Amino acid sequence: MNINQIDNVIREGSFQLFEGDFTNAGAASSELKNVLKEIGVDENVIRRASIAAFEAEMNVIIHGVAGTLFYSITKEEIRITVTDIGPGIPDINLAMQEGYSTAPDWVREMGWGAGMGLPNIKKNADSFTIDTVLGEGTTLEIKFYLKYFPLPKVD
Amino acid sequence: MKLSEIIEIVSAIVINEGKGTSIEIVSVCGTDMMSDALRYAIKDAMLITSLNQPQVIRTAEIVDIPAVLVVLGKPIPYDMANLAKEKNIALISTKYSLFTSCGILYQHGIRSCLEHQSNR
Repeated sequence: MNINQIDNVIREGSFQLFEGDFTNAGAASSELKNVLKEIGVDENVIRRASIAAFEAEMNVIIHGVAGTLFYSITKEEIRITVTDIGPGIPDINLAMQEGYSTAPDWVREMGWGAGMGLPNIKKNADSFTIDTVLGEGTTLEIKFYLKYFPLPKVD
Repeated sequence: MKLSEIIEIVSAIVINEGKGTSIEIVSVCGTDMMSDALRYAIKDAMLITSLNQPQVIRTAEIVDIPAVLVVLGKPIPYDMANLAKEKNIALISTKYSLFTSCGILYQHGIRSCLEHQSNR
């Protein structure tokens, strides 16, 4: 890591997500978790960011038709932006209630669609915004503020 | 409780040892809803589930769960077993149901993630 990277973006990356692609579900969040570990981000922040990213990733795979997960890490924050071209969310207040879900039965049979996704993202994030347009798609912006300078672990 | 003791108590078959069976399991999260696991599971807990899919391993990885017990003797697909190996997560299987597995472990003093957290 050189001084220019410290001043600006330490690391960034993006992943393509497709509805129904359960084979690769979680791969983006897994990679993000590894990057955060490698950089030396605080363990609690890694856990919260990984959970939020996984929930957001699963939302696209369940509802979103197709989308992207983009992350950017600076010395001050981790920003995860998840955008999809799905049907949009008709009622954000309802979607934010724990247990409210519009997921089909086959998704529930796979262990998802319990209506915990968006509330769990909000619970874990330091900042969370939803921008949704019916028939066009949804964008989630999830942020985690870094209190400590990330230090790579030395074995 | 050590994972090796859990394996014995629930008569489990080891598919993948992960970080080894001497690791300490502090609590259990028994669910088939992966969102519940993401919401309630704590670090170093064991996930007990009847789901036999790779997303179970992904979920375990995200919440720092080192061991997964699949119940009802469900067949373990290769993609799940391979992912457990790749992610160094113990994967074990028992013929007991979710209810019975949790009951046996409860009898031996293991508590749910929620109870474990509130007792700390």
